[in-house]
Amino acid sequence: MGEYPWPDEHGHYGPYGGRFVPETLMPALEALERAFREASRDAAFRQELDHLLRTYVGRPTPVTYARRLSEHVGGARIYLKREDLAHTGAHKINNALGQALLAVRMGKRRIIAETGAGQHGVATATAAALLGLECVVYMGTVDMERQRPNVFRMRLLGAQVRGVDSGSRTLKDAINEAIRDWVTHVRTTHYLLGSALGPHPYPLIVREFQSVIGREARAQMLDPRVGPGRLPDVVVACVGGGSNAIGIFHPFLEDEGVRLVGVEAGGQGIAGGAHAARFADPRRARVGVLHGTRSYVLQDEDGQIASTHSVSAGLDYASVGPEHALLRDMGRAEYTYATDKEALDAFALLSRLEGIIPALESAHAVAHALKLARELPRDAVILVNLSGRGDKDLETVQKILGEGATVG
Amino acid sequence: MGLQAVDPPQRELTAWARGFAPYMGTRRAAFMPYWPLGYPSPQQTVDYVQRLVAAGADMLELGIPFSDPLADGPTIQEATQHALAQGMTVARGLHILRTLREEGLRIPVALMTYINPILAYGQERFVKDAAEAGANGLIIPDMPPEEGDELEGLCRSHHLALIYLLAPTSTEERIRLIVRRATGFLYLVSVTGITGAREQLPPDLAEFVHRVREHTSLPLAVGFGIGRPDQARAVARVADGVIVGSALIRADREGGIEAVEALARSLARAVHTDEEGSTL
Repeated sequence: MGEYPWPDEHGHYGPYGGRFVPETLMPALEALERAFREASRDAAFRQELDHLLRTYVGRPTPVTYARRLSEHVGGARIYLKREDLAHTGAHKINNALGQALLAVRMGKRRIIAETGAGQHGVATATAAALLGLECVVYMGTVDMERQRPNVFRMRLLGAQVRGVDSGSRTLKDAINEAIRDWVTHVRTTHYLLGSALGPHPYPLIVREFQSVIGREARAQMLDPRVGPGRLPDVVVACVGGGSNAIGIFHPFLEDEGVRLVGVEAGGQGIAGGAHAARFADPRRARVGVLHGTRSYVLQDEDGQIASTHSVSAGLDYASVGPEHALLRDMGRAEYTYATDKEALDAFALLSRLEGIIPALESAHAVAHALKLARELPRDAVILVNLSGRGDKDLETVQKILGEGATVG
Repeated sequence: MGLQAVDPPQRELTAWARGFAPYMGTRRAAFMPYWPLGYPSPQQTVDYVQRLVAAGADMLELGIPFSDPLADGPTIQEATQHALAQGMTVARGLHILRTLREEGLRIPVALMTYINPILAYGQERFVKDAAEAGANGLIIPDMPPEEGDELEGLCRSHHLALIYLLAPTSTEERIRLIVRRATGFLYLVSVTGITGAREQLPPDLAEFVHRVREHTSLPLAVGFGIGRPDQARAVARVADGVIVGSALIRADREGGIEAVEALARSLARAVHTDEEGSTL
């Protein structure tokens, strides 16, 4: 693939990315970029983060061969990168700890974050507790209702959870409120953004802190003692903002034989509009600017941001990280979607066949992996980023499936 | 990057210079109310804006609603959501401005909106249509100069001012960058925060205005957080323009169009008079 130069010095990924924020925040973003670049070159910083990832998060997370699931499908072999086993139950902790250490380095003792599914909020609250920082998490009231256990967890961890009642009361609105808080308290506060979106340098920072997933997974796949002893044919990850996907994709970018597939939330199907599949709906998704970055945005003809739907709160967002838009244009990654129904089926199937209850977000990736496995030969290998565990979703799934939970 | 000098002032650019001229170097200031297009309804906006002008507005900031206004506080959020719920669009906003011009509006108008509706409308088409509708400038709070090359070029060819914002957090380096690219006037954000009237203005506001003044002779208008006549008067002592938005919308909620006009009148009087009042 040759040199991959993105982002450029202005934070652009080809025509995407950039820095579209009020002037009040521009100096803070410049300072954050400087601090991040200095920290990246600082061996002591990297060692401190590595040490915490090993001794606190439980890294490296394993790769698991999903034997019964693969046999059930009767096609390619499916491996799972087990981010569900990271402390707090999802990949979000990788970035939360990295950025919390950056905040300390910048002398900022107050952390704010947005959260959709609650996983990033829990990870941020955890990092703040560990490092003794004040923590405020913004969460849409619709999401608070459907991810109640995570709201309680954040409060137990000492964070203040502020419900957001504006707009669609989901992730988008939580980000609006977090940005408004940051504009007001920027001198003392670090905004710990949880996904590979937002103004530069956030997509870069999140990618770098999440790339540990792909680096580990690549080595594990090549190691015959724990993996298949070769690179996967396909890497599959769900894409909301796209942090777990960019984290697992990035270290495979130069392995040209490895297909990279991102799975968006197809909701109730594309035609009806109740979805969050930015790349699948050219009628509603156009290149625009949301939350400080230029990328694909679900919107109406007038540029008003569309409301989205997904059974999983973490994928329920109108835009997508700018680097995904570029990887798609380049043809280096491909993007598809799984519907609510397909994700719920995969959720139940993985639970029953492997004893692993995935997050509903990750279940979208599993759902697509099942489709791919059927099409590919038996000697093919699929690697799925199992980005989180499903405990937080039990109430939601129970409501939809009923007590019996016999799907698939 | 397009850092070359701007062409000699054009018709619409001199509209700003003319509008600010009586106040430059004085202890008085131009009064610039903000009003959301489409509020309280698309039909009523013209009446409200005409009352603001009758009350003594020297220039106007008219907002085109956006679904996710991240620089705005609750008052303007609610007002613009209300306008959107009644079917407000970019095209209708431009139409209201055209109507105001046809009915005799003469003072300079800056259209304020976020970058996404402009991208959706088409940047070139937007600039052209805004100029034709009678706008003299654009204010886009989520578009810093680093991302402004294309729009700057378009505004230049259609003689619209592209009005950049400066904040109390702006570094000397950023102030230099922004004043070099600014046209029309500079919009100084009084507080580190979002829009909405405050009890108190920051004590270092005068110092912030002076800090910018050292770098430019363009007019400096201050907005965000100003709601009361005594605050407006204090700002007028140091700035060339005073922008008030949220407080006028709140006045509407409490007392309708008469209350809006009454507040606008006392704000205009406060910034237009030279008598000694409270200081910052």
